[in-house]
Amino acid sequence: MEIIRTENLHFDYEIYDDKGAVVDKSSALCGVNLTVQKGEFLAILGHNGSGKSTLAKHFNGILTPTNGKVFVNGIDVSDDKNIYEIRQMVGMVFQNPDNQIVAAIVEEDVAFALENLGVPPLEIRERIDEAMKSVDIYKYRKHAPHRLSGGQKQRVAIAGVIAMRPQCIVLDEPTAMLDPKGRKEVMKTIKFLVEKGITIVLITHYMEEAAQAKRVVVMHNGEIIMDGAPKQIFTQVDKLKSVGLDVPQVTELAHELRKNGLNFPANVLNENEFVEELIKLL
Amino acid sequence: MLKDITIGQFFPGESVIHRLDARFKIIFSVLAAAMLFTAQNFMGLGVAAVFIVMCYALSGIKFRMILKSLKPIIPLIIFTGILNLFFIKGEEILLEFWFVTVYVEGAKTSAFMMTRIITLIIGMSLLTYTTSPIMLTDAIESLLSPLKKVRFPVHELAMMMMIALRFIPLLIEETDKIIMAQKARGANLDAKGLVKKAKALIPILIPLFISAFKRANELALAMECRCYRGGEGRTRLKKLQSSVLDYLALGLVLCVFGIVIVNNFVFG
Repeated sequence: MEIIRTENLHFDYEIYDDKGAVVDKSSALCGVNLTVQKGEFLAILGHNGSGKSTLAKHFNGILTPTNGKVFVNGIDVSDDKNIYEIRQMVGMVFQNPDNQIVAAIVEEDVAFALENLGVPPLEIRERIDEAMKSVDIYKYRKHAPHRLSGGQKQRVAIAGVIAMRPQCIVLDEPTAMLDPKGRKEVMKTIKFLVEKGITIVLITHYMEEAAQAKRVVVMHNGEIIMDGAPKQIFTQVDKLKSVGLDVPQVTELAHELRKNGLNFPANVLNENEFVEELIKLL
Repeated sequence: MLKDITIGQFFPGESVIHRLDARFKIIFSVLAAAMLFTAQNFMGLGVAAVFIVMCYALSGIKFRMILKSLKPIIPLIIFTGILNLFFIKGEEILLEFWFVTVYVEGAKTSAFMMTRIITLIIGMSLLTYTTSPIMLTDAIESLLSPLKKVRFPVHELAMMMMIALRFIPLLIEETDKIIMAQKARGANLDAKGLVKKAKALIPILIPLFISAFKRANELALAMECRCYRGGEGRTRLKKLQSSVLDYLALGLVLCVFGIVIVNNFVFG
């Protein structure tokens, strides 16, 4: 079952001059065809300006395509009539946790989306408690967000989305502003959501995070240039480097070892696999 | 340094005062203010003051906090006191030296005015000390809701207050960072003189404004993603609910008000 499908998706940003008149267009997406399956854990990789965030903003109708179509569960996203239904199905988490928390108390913020949807108060209480427990911030529910750490704040933002009970969550570089500890917490939460059967689209430029996904899509200049399992993608070290991306450190090390004549397999993505292969080799 | 500032300080608690409906508490505060201005003599003022102090005792707020709430208005109190003391003329002379004469009436009015201001401030502070900012915002939204009929944007106002409460600590923190960053680049922020001081603010205010607009933009996006579409059809997690307690309290406040008014007629 597919959940999101884009067909020949084009998007142009308009460039304005000082007086506000359109002087030029800049294409951010040039014909993207992508299908996301239900329950999938998909990572979108790409250099700055590759169009990955622009693509993500089409998944819940924040941006409407210049050309082409986006469907969520078969519903056309550009139709304004369905916009709130779609935004409830596809939740979105952004980079800066501070700028997406609305209320001055954690539980009030988690409840924000449900309040907007007009859910009765008793049901709100039940759903936010469940959401806060599932991302492990229940004990901070009465705290002010600015007293929490980055990782905790990002989990509050995720809880606010989970409370809507979406089928899919799009995370736009959710760990980019976090410290290593916060990054770990958020990745743990994402994996938990995957296990619960929620479709995850993770936009990132950390190779180690992308390597944990089931499927990786690489974008460059508004187009999808690679699509496959992490092992297929990361073994193509030279191609990734040509579009300004890195590979996980161990994969690169394996690549270098092979270049120097060692019989080392290319498809290692984490330390454990590397150590195993190394032991075999020795 | 800037971090220590808290807006609308709230001290969580479980006291009777804390449990009162925020809408009623706002009404009580208005009534208390009216009461203090209706009182025409020391006895009336005393009744009102004793009532407010009793509310403090019930709320469990530390005595220290009363003094703290008065701190910023000490200059105002002193100013009012001095003005009334020296400029009100009467018949009985209290003391006289050099060119100043202090009359008994002046001393009385001065004391009266100072007590009035002090009780007014501590009475108002009790509202913010015992009510969470969110409850306060909700209560204002609820109390102003009749104005919706004349197209006054009540929900938008409440939402703006909520967002402001959320972002004030954040922007204060950011100002701190910008000050440090500009100092590190050699900005002279401790300049003397009004014009120079104002100029020194520019390198702080401009980055702060840009950042605030950026934040606003992202926040709007995040709110849209969470299906925000204005106040229509919106429900609330916590509903304001009035109980018997609120009506009892209302009765009590009105009683005290009554005593103050009667006192005016009898002894006025």
